[in-house]
Amino acid sequence: MSTSTVDLHPDPHGHGDDGHGHDDPHHQHHFTTMEQQSDTSKIGMWLFLATEVLLFGGLFVGFGLMQARFPEQFKEAHEHLQRPLGALNTVVLLISSWTMVMGVLSARTNQRKKLVVFLLLTILCACIFLGVKYFEYSHKYEEGLLPGHYYSHHGDKIPTVNGANGYATFFSFYFMMTGLHGIHIVVGIALLAWIAVRGNRGEFNSNYYTPVDLVGLYWHLVDLIWIYLFPLYYLIT
Amino acid sequence: MSENTHNPKAEAAVYAKTLITLLILTAITVGASYINFGAMNVVVALTIATIKATLVALFFMHLLHDKPVNGLIAAAGFLFLGLFLMFTLLDFDTRENPQPFNLHPQVAAPAPAAVPSATAPAAAPEQH
Repeated sequence: MSTSTVDLHPDPHGHGDDGHGHDDPHHQHHFTTMEQQSDTSKIGMWLFLATEVLLFGGLFVGFGLMQARFPEQFKEAHEHLQRPLGALNTVVLLISSWTMVMGVLSARTNQRKKLVVFLLLTILCACIFLGVKYFEYSHKYEEGLLPGHYYSHHGDKIPTVNGANGYATFFSFYFMMTGLHGIHIVVGIALLAWIAVRGNRGEFNSNYYTPVDLVGLYWHLVDLIWIYLFPLYYLIT
Repeated sequence: MSENTHNPKAEAAVYAKTLITLLILTAITVGASYINFGAMNVVVALTIATIKATLVALFFMHLLHDKPVNGLIAAAGFLFLGLFLMFTLLDFDTRENPQPFNLHPQVAAPAPAAVPSATAPAAAPEQH
């Protein structure tokens, strides 16, 4: 849709080669320059990322309140999470953030092969992350550490008070927040694959790499959210 | 984007240093979690997390050299999250009984008032 508008008006004002990049097929006619076009896209992406911060923020605030309400139960529930696995996933995601930013740099410096390799490495890291997560989830499932009234773990030290089970609340938040984060990882893999295919076709260059840049921003935000999820769930006891 | 015309090799070096710093901070926060600072545990963990998040935002997300408007939008997101958190905590801390109404003992079990609520296994039919 966007590129066809350029084709309809190939040279409306007769300044097709004035050094503003009007000859770029990605340049949409309602933007004066390619730079203005990419800046506009970037602002839109950052607005979206701000809504993502608020989406996860609501869950973080809820988690904080419930921790204040069931301090002992939350402390004991924390012990069921395996710290080494959480640390491993943190390292994997940080490395994937680095491969992503190197991919953006490769796109900007016209290195098509490096771009594709770095994007594939990012996807690989994302898959490792999900693999570790699957291992953790199945372990929780076997132990009955499940959200809400599906919670069926035995041997908890603190009895249920007035039907309020702090352990079940903890795992409700755990699965909701890591699950929502996991969905973001899956969406990220799809976006990275899309960008890798387009990059392999040679669609990106130093003049036009906005999609790589924006997927990169999304991917870093997913990493940034995990940076807070990891200490809150795995470390604070 | 056009301000980023400096040497790509220097830029790659900055990214590598950022990654190494982030990994070191991860090791520190995991190590610190085995030491008990009492009530300061949360503060230590979240301070390190915030340093890491800032590094990601400034270098990986390019906010350091980007147009200021993007940083402003990001800061606004966190500002409103802070307001949300602050007013929620104010509300929570200034209530006499922060429990939801359906979990107030006297409301949950009006008729058999003699049942000791702390040990009774679900005196009222389960309420979520």
